[in-house]
Amino acid sequence: MSGLPGLYNYWIAVFLMMAGFYVVISQGNLVKKLVGLSLFQTSVFIFYISMGKVADGHAPILAEGVTVYSNPLPHVLILTAIVVGVATTAVGLALVVRINEAYGSVEEDEIQARDNAADKATGRSGGSGESPRT
Amino acid sequence: MTGELQLLLILLVPMLGALAVLAASPLPNVREGVSFVIGILLFLLVASLAADLSWDAPPTLVLAEPIQGLQLVLTPEPLGVLFALIASLLWPITTIYAMGYMRDHHEVNQTRFFTAFAVSIGSAMGIAMAGNMLTLFVFYEILSVATYPLVTHRGSVEAKRAGRLYLGLLMATSIGFMLPAMIWTWHLTGTLTFTPGGIFGPEVSSGVLSLLLLLFVLGTGKAALMPFHRWLPAAMVAPTPVSALLHAVAVVKAGVFTVLKVAVYLFGIDTLASIAAADVLMVLAGFTILMASVIALRKDNLKARLAYSTISQLSYIVLGAMLGVAAGAVGAGMHIAMHAFGKITLFFCAGAILVTAHKSRVSELNGIGRRMPWTMAAFAVGAVSMIGAPPVAGFISKWYLLMGSLDASHWFAVGVIVVSTALNTAYFMPIVYAAFFKPEDAPAISGQDDHDHPDHGEASWPMRGALMLTATLAILVFFFPGVPLALVQQMAGL
Amino acid sequence: MDHLAVLVVIVPLMSAPVCVLLDRSRPAWLTSLVAAWFSFGAAVMLLLRVSAEGPLRYSLGGWEAPWGIEFRIDVLGGYVLLIVTAVAALVMVFARHSVEQEIPHDRIARFYAALLLVFAGLAGITVTGDAFNLFVFLEISSLASYAAISMGRDRRALSASFQYLVMGTIGATFILIGIGMLYMMTGTLNMIDLAARLPEVSDSRTVRAGFAFLTVGIGLKLALFPLHLWLPNAYAYAPSTVTAFLAATATKVAVYALLRFVLEIFGVEFSLHAMPLDRILVFLGLLGILSGSLVAVFQRDLKRMLAYSSVAQIGYMVLGIGLASVTGVTAAILHVFNHALMKGALFLALGAVAYRVGAVTLREFAGMGQRLPWTTAAIVLGGLSLIGVPPTAGFVSKWYLVLGTLEQGLWLVAMLVLFGSLLALIYVWKLVEAAYFKPPPANAAAVAEAPLSMLVPVWTLVAANIYFGLYTDVSVGLASRVAHDLVGGGG
Repeated sequence: MSGLPGLYNYWIAVFLMMAGFYVVISQGNLVKKLVGLSLFQTSVFIFYISMGKVADGHAPILAEGVTVYSNPLPHVLILTAIVVGVATTAVGLALVVRINEAYGSVEEDEIQARDNAADKATGRSGGSGESPRT
Repeated sequence: MTGELQLLLILLVPMLGALAVLAASPLPNVREGVSFVIGILLFLLVASLAADLSWDAPPTLVLAEPIQGLQLVLTPEPLGVLFALIASLLWPITTIYAMGYMRDHHEVNQTRFFTAFAVSIGSAMGIAMAGNMLTLFVFYEILSVATYPLVTHRGSVEAKRAGRLYLGLLMATSIGFMLPAMIWTWHLTGTLTFTPGGIFGPEVSSGVLSLLLLLFVLGTGKAALMPFHRWLPAAMVAPTPVSALLHAVAVVKAGVFTVLKVAVYLFGIDTLASIAAADVLMVLAGFTILMASVIALRKDNLKARLAYSTISQLSYIVLGAMLGVAAGAVGAGMHIAMHAFGKITLFFCAGAILVTAHKSRVSELNGIGRRMPWTMAAFAVGAVSMIGAPPVAGFISKWYLLMGSLDASHWFAVGVIVVSTALNTAYFMPIVYAAFFKPEDAPAISGQDDHDHPDHGEASWPMRGALMLTATLAILVFFFPGVPLALVQQMAGL
Repeated sequence: MDHLAVLVVIVPLMSAPVCVLLDRSRPAWLTSLVAAWFSFGAAVMLLLRVSAEGPLRYSLGGWEAPWGIEFRIDVLGGYVLLIVTAVAALVMVFARHSVEQEIPHDRIARFYAALLLVFAGLAGITVTGDAFNLFVFLEISSLASYAAISMGRDRRALSASFQYLVMGTIGATFILIGIGMLYMMTGTLNMIDLAARLPEVSDSRTVRAGFAFLTVGIGLKLALFPLHLWLPNAYAYAPSTVTAFLAATATKVAVYALLRFVLEIFGVEFSLHAMPLDRILVFLGLLGILSGSLVAVFQRDLKRMLAYSSVAQIGYMVLGIGLASVTGVTAAILHVFNHALMKGALFLALGAVAYRVGAVTLREFAGMGQRLPWTTAAIVLGGLSLIGVPPTAGFVSKWYLVLGTLEQGLWLVAMLVLFGSLLALIYVWKLVEAAYFKPPPANAAAVAEAPLSMLVPVWTLVAANIYFGLYTDVSVGLASRVAHDLVGGGG
């Protein structure tokens, strides 16, 4: 596990992470943002799984003639993290659905524009908060 | 009654009184009766405490311990007892006055007024009896907050602006300067207890002491030392009884009392003499005395003139405290007492004139002495006291202040006192002269001025009674200064 | 008795599905109320016990520590747990009327379920002794809080919640990465084992990277300036109950996590001396104090104003930690407690105003002193505590914080901290002036004072603000004890 090529799965994790992060930041579409967020989380899953791999290790199942096993704990941990990730995506998508119902759009700038318009209509400056949910 | 119980009652009586006033709000007579009875009760309590007290083993009442190792504690000492005596003596008198004033002047929200009034006096008692700097600070801040509704009583835009300035300046100085000074002192010495002779050991360098003294004294915004004096004239929008008791007695005296306490019990008179900042502050106080007097000369509004006169008189006390000699501290302590009687009389008169004659300008007072002889006679007594001429209270404290300045060979201080006496005469005597000897002006022609009461007579009896009482007191203490003098000399260790 | 350690989390956790199953508003409220008060009682007993007998260790499912997950309650955890459960118990009393008005009727049961999950997650963070488990509880509480915030009346609650979800998830993922790196180097997730093994390997790039990831991740959850952008909107648009609960607990628990990781697991030596975190925290704390307070001054929506004030108050706590001395850390922990009291009181009182009047901008607040005298008086007292006027709890926090800065000769910092107080004076006083010196809006309907079920929790917290400003044996005593444990006697 020495030298850069030996660590290629970490490089993949880093690449995925940055790609996901970039999508979250650059995209105005809320669904795409969530896609980016999922990608970001997935990179961590790969990171954890790579971590548990022991060189020449086998799957951690007791078997004849096998003495070196990979570490199963990170894999188990990441199962939990995957569940968390799925839940996050689910909550996020639910929110996007609700936002779409309320604003008729899932584009960040359009939502912003509609909020500002609502502010002007009620004669308030930034962030009072009475506009009823449509 | 044990001393601890007395101390507790001194604090509780006004606070519970505030609740009683609140509860009695539908019945104005009962409400004001309660205020008055509580005032008398408080004075008796303080007097009995003073009578029973032995200075060697004063009672000590621990209220709480907000900082580990640092308690909220009440311990009477001579100066505090003097302050408490004066404040509690003048409170019931002011209540009588306020009854007349508030009714004649048709003020609203009188319950709020009397409630906040009682809380303020309670805080003043806490300040007077504070056994350490933290306790003093706590009650000092409560006093600021409790007097805020009094200052803004009228609720007008002007009152609101004044309230903002009032609270802003007082809080900014106390949180910005006094609090860090206190915490630093605590860090250096591990104590904030008021101790005769001071708490700083020789290991604290004089540079640090200078800085601390500056922070403490400038942090006491209530002492109205320039440039932190602006709140005082602004606060004059308050009803006159408030100005009288709080801005001639309780609040501003709490300020100079704090300065004197810090000087005598945190730094110690002897240490003070060696601190460079004391001289700086003395010059500042001298400047304030003269400057405020000059401004007072130019003010036509009577209350504003009195306000600037207060600013200048307060700085006498700061000056005396900073002299660094025992006689100076005695003069400062005496002036706390003596100034109170004179100034409250003057404010009472200003209020009586406002309510009865609807006049608030000095230039309108020509000949008013013929219509309101008692009021203006009391005014004259107060004015003489401010000038410091016998046979009125002000003379005594000015005498000791001069003695102190001469003791310390501080010619600057001597000069300031002499010049300011001349200035005091210049801005008070013309009023007295005009009131009695100038012919009355023709009533304003303008019909819109239905405020003008050309046919007014004397002020109503509660006001007249109160102001004559304080004027008499001002003369009496000149002849019998024994109690305050004994207390102050005890403080200064003479 | 031992099982209390786990029951304090399990009871609210399991009550959540019960609420969903009941699906009726009143029974759901009752369930939540009972769960919260049970946890509160349990927390009191736990704290009494651990402060007398030392840390309590509990192995989940009977699996011993390195293999199984361990709950471990020490004084620090018990202290924060007590804050969380106490606030929850009071908020649940308050919730009944407020929730019935603010949340559509058919969603009330699910709302309580979400609230209970937030609560269970926060409580779980304070009791767990396992780093990964902490992440799981963090996500339980975060996910539930996204849902709870989105139920606000204004549609902007939805976008605020989404924004929080994105930033919160990034923060949580950073924490996950950090924990993974620590595991890589030490092979353990148990906090005590981590603390024991980290010093040997601390001079490696992986540990430093893990440290950075953890700090930034927790900083996001903590709303540490400049990672605070999610907070104002989330607090402003969430239902009153949620705002009060989150403001008083969520960021406090994040401070707890910061203390746990930075001071205990990595150790003072590594985090504050080898790494320059002390200076960073002092700097960011100060920026937070000043910018938060300054922005708060210009807000007209009162919930937003207080939200920005929270950013500033978090700055005080972080600053205290950054001082890296016993006094500084004491101040930080003390402020966690005191700030929960004042912000809890203030946000609950605003909730009561919203219940009676609808919205809470400065305009609606005009004349409130006559319309809702008791509620407004509570807001004034809470505000005084926020400024740090004695004799309120806020004053005591400020005292220790300034003492901590002066001990290290940081004059400028002390002055800026006090300057922050004066900014607080300005925004609190805007409120007071509106409440007492402006006439109520012309179209204002006559309203009755808030119901007793709201006033009682509000005034309980206000009374606590004053009590803990005078008698600080418990609050300061525990805080300084914890600080001694964390930082070491020398300071």
